Amino acid sequence: MMTRKELDLWVGIFAVIGIGALLFLSLKVANLASFSGADTYQIAAKFDNIGGLKVRAAVKSAGVVVGRVGEIRFDNESFEAVVALNIDGRYQFPKDSSAKILTSGLLGEQYIGLSPGGDSVSLKGGDTLKLTQSAVVLENLIGQFLYNKAAEGDGKK
Amino acid sequence: MTRRIAELLRALGARIVSNWIWRLGFACRFLWFTLKESGASFRRFHLTIREIYFTGVLSLIIILVSGLFVGMVLGLQGYDTLVRYGSSEALGVLVSLSLVRELGPVVAGLLFASRAGSAITAEIGLMKATEQLSAMEMMAVDPIARVVAPRFWAGVISMPLLAALFSAMGVFGGYLVGVRLIGVDEGSFWSQMQAAVDFREDVLNGVIKSLVFGVAVTWIAVYEGYDAPPTAEGVSGATTRTVVTSSLAILALDFVLTALMFRGT
Repeated sequence: MMTRKELDLWVGIFAVIGIGALLFLSLKVANLASFSGADTYQIAAKFDNIGGLKVRAAVKSAGVVVGRVGEIRFDNESFEAVVALNIDGRYQFPKDSSAKILTSGLLGEQYIGLSPGGDSVSLKGGDTLKLTQSAVVLENLIGQFLYNKAAEGDGKK
Repeated sequence: MTRRIAELLRALGARIVSNWIWRLGFACRFLWFTLKESGASFRRFHLTIREIYFTGVLSLIIILVSGLFVGMVLGLQGYDTLVRYGSSEALGVLVSLSLVRELGPVVAGLLFASRAGSAITAEIGLMKATEQLSAMEMMAVDPIARVVAPRFWAGVISMPLLAALFSAMGVFGGYLVGVRLIGVDEGSFWSQMQAAVDFREDVLNGVIKSLVFGVAVTWIAVYEGYDAPPTAEGVSGATTRTVVTSSLAILALDFVLTALMFRGT
């Protein structure tokens, strides 16, 4: 039979490596330290079409992740998609910044690209982005291309 | 003829009522008593520490080794499929998400049920068969407070730690095979993983899952031990039932929890 001291030691070691594993999962795997949801401000952007954008998709500016998509809903008055962006509080953007929906990678994960404008006033929580560019929908693009080709052919005749 | 059918139906109904409904009700009452009498297992914490040693520390080897091998297999299989689509850098995402969300809690829970749950049932069942529990009652020591509650809490505390260790070892195994052996780029392995795994959505939900499994497995284990017929046959049957019931409970609860947590935003 083990003494109580030895038991305490082993259980202590077990607790330490167990909590160490939890820390490893949250810091190294989930990268909790670099971007926490606590210190963010929310801005809204309206898009005609969001394509395949998902909640929690990245918001990038110059390729750096500066926030995440918080909520996507449909505005029944303007018939547009309203996307709420949670931007990291460390980053400030000019008021006339623009947002567009871009695609990254081969598997087509969509994210929001934020391009800074030239205004001296910064965006703050609750603001709405004026300039947005919707996702590229391949079917529309092909349709437009065919339409243009057809129009060209008509012009030649 | 009709009489025979009626008899069959009656026997079936009696079996269902006594085997399932009656036992479930008793198990719920038993859990309530365990929770009510669990003050002692925290006031005299060394009782619980002793049980954490038996359920947690002694399960470490099997959990760590299986976590490592599951992660390494995930690394090999994942690479084999991902390389066809030219996105072998997503290996980190595949390994970590499948471990943290599903395999970690579930496989660690199954191992925990067969390694620690069966031991708890056999121990309590044998204590009952050798009338140690009755002897305690004679000495005005509540066996639920002295024997059952510390084992229950030890299991509930150990299980999330074991599941986290399993996932961490698995990620490490996937890293060993993916990056060290096959040669996936190390930077993109970690960075894609970190971009895809969310703390609250994935890690915390995994911890909640393992906590629920811990409660379910140890509840079933202490109940089966306490309820075992006081014979050698009864104890062995109860031990088997613990492993079978808790494995099924883990898989069923996993489906329910997954459906609640990841509804595919």
